[in-house]
Amino acid sequence: MKLFASLLLCLCIPAALAAGTNAPKLDIGKGGQCVEDVQWMRKNHMHLLKHQRDETVRKGVREEKRSLKNCIECHASMQDDSVIAREDSFCVACHRYEAVKIDCFECHSGTRKSAWLQRNMK
Amino acid sequence: MSDIDLRRRNFLKTSFGAAAVAIAPGMLLFDAAHGKPQSTGGKMRWGMLIDTTQCKSGCDDCVTACNRENGLSGGTNVQARSPLPNPLGETTSHSTRLQTTAAKSLVIPQAGEGTNDSLREPRLKATDSQWIRKIEIRDVGSGRELSLPMMCQHCEHPPCVDVCPTKASFKRADGIVLVDRHLCIGCRYCMMACPYKARSFVHEPLHDQNPDVPRGKGTAEACTLCVHRIDRGLQPACAEACPNQAILFGDLNDAGSEISMKIRSVASVQVRADLGLNPGIRYQGL
Repeated sequence: MKLFASLLLCLCIPAALAAGTNAPKLDIGKGGQCVEDVQWMRKNHMHLLKHQRDETVRKGVREEKRSLKNCIECHASMQDDSVIAREDSFCVACHRYEAVKIDCFECHSGTRKSAWLQRNMK
Repeated sequence: MSDIDLRRRNFLKTSFGAAAVAIAPGMLLFDAAHGKPQSTGGKMRWGMLIDTTQCKSGCDDCVTACNRENGLSGGTNVQARSPLPNPLGETTSHSTRLQTTAAKSLVIPQAGEGTNDSLREPRLKATDSQWIRKIEIRDVGSGRELSLPMMCQHCEHPPCVDVCPTKASFKRADGIVLVDRHLCIGCRYCMMACPYKARSFVHEPLHDQNPDVPRGKGTAEACTLCVHRIDRGLQPACAEACPNQAILFGDLNDAGSEISMKIRSVASVQVRADLGLNPGIRYQGL
């Protein structure tokens, strides 16, 4: 039993360390948890976004908390106000790592509304 | 015999009663759960009454306001065309140069009225979107001239919705006709179906959109009645921008609203009323 435990430990520690070094480093902006915990959000954010998009477009339900705009508000970088501008931006870093293409920002703005207003409402 | 009938009637009465009792709370709860204050109710129907006598020839404040609000280039924004580096690997250098009919507007002649259009030529490129445009019409016989804004008429029976193969074109419960860009495949059937030439197609990649108004290449689009503003309780940008208050926006189904009262008291028409589409936009003095 002891042998097994030590063997498991030997296998797990390097794996954990390796995962830590390879994992994408991302700029989480303001960050904070407003919807669900981090691990849950990593796994399920796309379902929330897809559900919310249909509710908003079709029924006009503009729930602030789960809107893409609100995600961007907190998670856009504090440097460039964007979730897609750089390699380590909030959306890009993980999606690069996982090789999953995001189509959201072909139509949606990836910048904070406040930053957009500053640029466009002179 | 009559005995049996009576019992059957009683049975039906009680069973309908029981069914009503069982269903009613469910329906009430459904309403509560789906958040009436947030979701658009089917009770209202948004519309506009455009007073063409107040609409000044040469003024295009509504068009400018629409362009600014919705991030349309309006033929002036060259910045929208400059390719930006996109870390997701999208190349933005190529652009399709297709002719769109939306930029070149033609007036829709009223049935039985000899109107002739003189086209106002905005500095639009052939591929620029246009959600609202100013039209100048002249009656050939009398020489009477009119100027009016033309946009999506938000029909009750919209042909664009009928022809859409993916159900991307749809009518919201409050009567606003929209394109769900998530489903739009860019086939442009809606552009052909629309008798008002209200729809445009996005030909080129866009950047720096208004966070409230997502738009993108390969989808059809039209006036949304500034749906993002309406949901916040504001008026559409064009109605707010008009210096003469020629555009009156409101709920057509609310008998007490300003627009309903005005429609009751003054003569107004729907453009191409003969098509029976019942547009939500009405014109006064046309």
